[in-house]
This record gives sequence, structure tokens and C-alpha cells, in this order.
Amino acid sequence: MHIVVCIKQVPNTTQVKINPETNTLIREGVESIINPFDENALEAALVLKDTLGAKVTVVTMGPPQAEAILRESISRGADAVLLLSDRAFAGSDTWATSYALAQGIKTLGPVDLVLFGKQAIDGDTAQVGPGVGEHLGWPVITFVRKIEVDGNLLRVESVFEDGFDRIEVALPAVLTVVKEINIPRMASLKGRMASRKAVVAPVTAAAIAARPECLGLRGSPTRVIKIFTPPKKTGGLKLDGADAAAAAKTVVGKLRELKIV
Amino acid sequence: MSLNIDNVKCSGCGLCLRACPFGALLLESREGQGLPESKYRKIAIVTEACTLCGACLETCKFDAMQIEKIQGGGTPHKEQYQGVWVFAEQRDGAIQGVVYELLTKGRALADQRGTHLAAVLLGHQQQEHCAALFAYGADKVYLVDHPALAQFNSDTYTDILTGLINKHKPEIVLTGGTSIGRTFIPRVAIRVNTGLTADCTGLEMDEKENILLQTRPAFGGNIMATIICPNHRPQMATVRHKVFKQGAPAAGRPGEIIAEPAGIRAVKARVLEVVHAMGQQVNLAEADIIVSGGRGLGGPENFALIAELAGELGGAVGASRAAVDAGWMPSFHQVGQTGKTVCPKLYIACGISGSIQHLAGMSSSEVIVAINKDPAAPIFDVADYGIVGDLFAVVPELIKALKNR
Repeated sequence: MHIVVCIKQVPNTTQVKINPETNTLIREGVESIINPFDENALEAALVLKDTLGAKVTVVTMGPPQAEAILRESISRGADAVLLLSDRAFAGSDTWATSYALAQGIKTLGPVDLVLFGKQAIDGDTAQVGPGVGEHLGWPVITFVRKIEVDGNLLRVESVFEDGFDRIEVALPAVLTVVKEINIPRMASLKGRMASRKAVVAPVTAAAIAARPECLGLRGSPTRVIKIFTPPKKTGGLKLDGADAAAAAKTVVGKLRELKIV
Repeated sequence: MSLNIDNVKCSGCGLCLRACPFGALLLESREGQGLPESKYRKIAIVTEACTLCGACLETCKFDAMQIEKIQGGGTPHKEQYQGVWVFAEQRDGAIQGVVYELLTKGRALADQRGTHLAAVLLGHQQQEHCAALFAYGADKVYLVDHPALAQFNSDTYTDILTGLINKHKPEIVLTGGTSIGRTFIPRVAIRVNTGLTADCTGLEMDEKENILLQTRPAFGGNIMATIICPNHRPQMATVRHKVFKQGAPAAGRPGEIIAEPAGIRAVKARVLEVVHAMGQQVNLAEADIIVSGGRGLGGPENFALIAELAGELGGAVGASRAAVDAGWMPSFHQVGQTGKTVCPKLYIACGISGSIQHLAGMSSSEVIVAINKDPAAPIFDVADYGIVGDLFAVVPELIKALKNR
């Protein structure tokens, strides 16, 4: 089984800076991490590797620095990595990102399963996983919390607001996973050594036979026209809890006035 | 995106016509069409009913069919795209609350644009819901009825909505940011080759340009971005529950029901079982009132106090990341950036300091009450009512005050 895990490098900070000219995010100079949900996707792949035997390839698209999260993936047990890095990808929205990732995955030879985290914590769109599935023409199951393999079939649990669906899907398929599926492992010593030795070379748009008109800003149907900071809430009535009964009475009174309770 | 038929390779055998669940392919004579010379007399033609599902690709023995998922320079004839659509999501035969909120918003957008509002309802024997959809502002309901649509299936729903969009060409399509919406709408957007803006908190028409201004939070609400989809149609957006207000229904408001055929093809993903494991108690996204506990609770046993307050209010129990990571509560209770984003009418934070990640998940709640020992806790910056004190003293008093009517 060949499993591909798509991961994203996200800033590990809440200090968001915006380039006022291009209205795009400035990511330089900010510590970066693997998107937390993608760590669960990688762990799910590594569990399948441990139990059934599989090759795990980790793919990311981003600037050259995104190499760091691929090395981190190797140190946890990934067998191979693909770094899609090219100025032509810059400014991609979810449409263009899905397209580029799908093109990249197509260069990896036969692939049985592609895993994503349910969403990235910077954009929160949850669109790229389903988008890649669509570009590959494969079925997509989202918000998966359990995976069972039965030959060429997967049986998964897909989480909804009020419960979950048990779904059977034939491979190849794309899944996005939720946090509760597992607890990501730490890097192993052996993994760290492999990570240090690994050669991670950026792969360009031309190398994945991507059409230039489908990439970057040009290939993106959506445009960001304005970025602004939301007005900060200033806080309301602050009560001293030393007299708990009085404070509780005041708050419940206010909530009754507002007809909330 | 488009389905292309190679005009040299196609033999006109007609196998693809039989495979197409949507009746979207026709056979025509090659004569007089200005086609390259061929030994074949007929050729398959793609019509607008095509949903790009790909069922035909596998049947073609001549390698003459290809789906080209190409973005290019925008949707041709985009002026033909008219009307505002709302996807009327039903789960187990219940229309989701967000649908009525979207209809209210969609009605305003349609009036501003001088166009109609339509709801799209997929399901089995769901016609009874049409009256309510009209009452909340829909002029039309596109109704697709089939036993296979009773339960959500991502592949099938994607096929059908794609087909309807290609056929009727709406200008705007709004969908709830629910699990169902977030599962299949991104696929539809790729297939119809347009943009999709997730979790919008603001939707407005730019009257000069006649385009939809879609505003959404990013970076956990630290910044807001206004996004447009200038050259592709439809303009598509998802919106979370409780972001827009639901208007008052106009009972008896008339509307037109348009029954649409369901093209169902064999799908690769089959729903074996639908399990409603979680009651309303943990359905945080839907809850009107949420009481959350954090590190200040000191241990899992003290969540009983949180549950008691939640029970008194008829609300759900939430937890901070610290409480979940400590193993005090299962992760589906977690509120925040890596948990659930909630916007209830009332959010009570007990012993939660209010990290940026937590605030990102709950700061849009209507009324926030915070109880914390530390007067400098950031949670007080977003709280409408803050009580600086010991939660073990305050929460029982809150319960007492609520009981005391």
C-alpha cells in the first residue's frame, strides 16, 4: 500500500502580519509548524504502515522553508517526501492548491490512499482535501475518526454534528481526519538520523506537468480584496466574586433581562 | 472543467450514452459538422446536463473521452448566471436551522440584485418541507427525490448539485458550513470550476460591480478577509449556523416546485450505517447555550459541576484544550481553534484563562460570561459579564440563582 499524506506548514503564532501592498500574509520570520490536524493524518498513515506495511510519502506545497516539516515527517517515520516549491504556486487559492497537489501526487506512481488533516489552522477552509480528491477523480470521505482496512476496501467512521456515518469505500480514495483519530507520535532516534541524511529537493511546476494558467493567482477563481483586523471586544461588566452569591445574582438578573435564560 | 470527446477517436458506438446516469450524451451524425475525416458515421455529443461525474470515461473503448479540469480565464457567458440558490440541507428528514438563516440572507441579496431566490432540496419524500422554504423567502424549490438521497452520500450529492448548477446557472450558491456542506460543496466548486469561500461571516452585494463581497475570518479570527470571485460563476460561499439571523416566516407564501430527475450512478463510497451517538448535549455547533470548563477545574471529577450548570440552562458542555489534553474530557467537547468553533447565544467560561486559540473558537458568541480567579485573564477582555473569583463558589451560586425564579 502506498499512502500519501498532504501536510501544510502553518505559522505557530498569533502575530499575523499582512503585506499591505499585496494583501497577502507575510510568513517570513515566523516560527512554523506542521498544521496540527495534519500530524493526525501522518500518524494515521504511520499506524497503517506499522500494522499492514505501507510506504508513506509526505507531500507539501510551500516556500523552500517548508522542507523543515518534511524532515520532521521523516523523523517520525515517513519513507519519502515531495516538496512542491515554485514561485508559480504563489497566491494559490484552494482551487489552485488542490490542482497543484493532485498533479504532484500523480507523479508519485501508484497511490492507494491520500490523507489530509480536516483543515488547516491558518485558513480553516477544509477545502483542499476534498478538492484534491475531485482533481484526482477519487471518492472523498471527510472528518474521519477511525480507519479499518479490508483488502481493497476501507471502512471508516466519518463524524457529523450528531454522530457519525460508517462508510465503506473502495481504494483509491482521499480521507480527511479529525484530531480524535489518534495521538501523534514523537520523532524516533532512528528517524532523526534518516531525516538528517535525507535529500529534499524542491519540485517545480514544470516537473509535475502543471498548466501555468491553473496555478498561483492566475489559476485562482477567488481574490482577496481586503484584509482587516476585526474590532477588538473591550470586555464588559466585571464583578468581584468575593461575594459569590451577589455576583451570581447580578449576572443571572442580566441574562434574564436579555431573555437568554 | 469540461468533458471533451475526441472527434477523431470517437466511433459513435453509443456505449457512453448507456453509461450516463444523467442522459447528458447524444449521438449525432458527423455529416455537415465540419469534423475531421473519419471512418465512423456518428459522434457522441455532450450536453449541458453533464455533471462531469466521469461514469462514461470507463466505458469508452476508444480512449476518446477526457475530463479536462481546467481553470483558464473564467466562466464563459457569466451574464447568463442568474438567481440566488440556497442548499436546503436535510439530515434524517429535518431541514437544518442554517437553511432558514441562509434563505433570509439570500432573500435580501436576491432583492438587491433584482433576481429570484431558489432552494435546492435533495432527499426522499421531503416535499412537505417546500412550504417552509417558501415561507422563509424561496421563490422556487428544485426538488430532487430519490431513495438513494435519503442519507447523505458525498459522491451522489456532488453529482446532482453539479448537474443542477450546470443546467440552471445560478449566480450565487449559499450552503451551510455544516459537516455535510463542508464535505461535498468543495467538490462541487472544483467540478463547476469556480471559487468557494468557507465560513463567511458577512455577505454583501457590491452594487457597482454586481459581485458578492464575501467576508470571513482567518487565523482563528485574528484577521478578516474580504474575498470576491470576479470571473467565475456561480459565486459560492458556506456560512456557519447562527452567523446570520433567521427572519420571520410568511406562512402561506407561494412558490414553485420544480421536480428534477435524480441521476444516480454506482458510487465508490457506500454509507453502511448512520449512528447518532452524540445527543444534543455535545452537539456544540447547534447548542444555544454552552458551559465550558478549563484548567481551573483542577480535575475531571469537577466537570460534574459544569454539567450541572449546563443542565440547569439546557445547554451543552464544552472544554478548553487544556482540559482535553489533560484527559479530563473527550476531544469532541473541545472549543477553540483546534476544536470546535461555536457561536451560541450564551457562553459561560469557567476556569478558562482564554488563550488566543480558545478565544478564536468562541469570541463570536452573543453573550459571554467568564468566571476566573485571575483578574488579568484574557477571557475577561471578551466577556460581557466577568466574575473575578473562585468558580467553586460562584458556579453553585449561579445554579442557585437560576433555580430561584
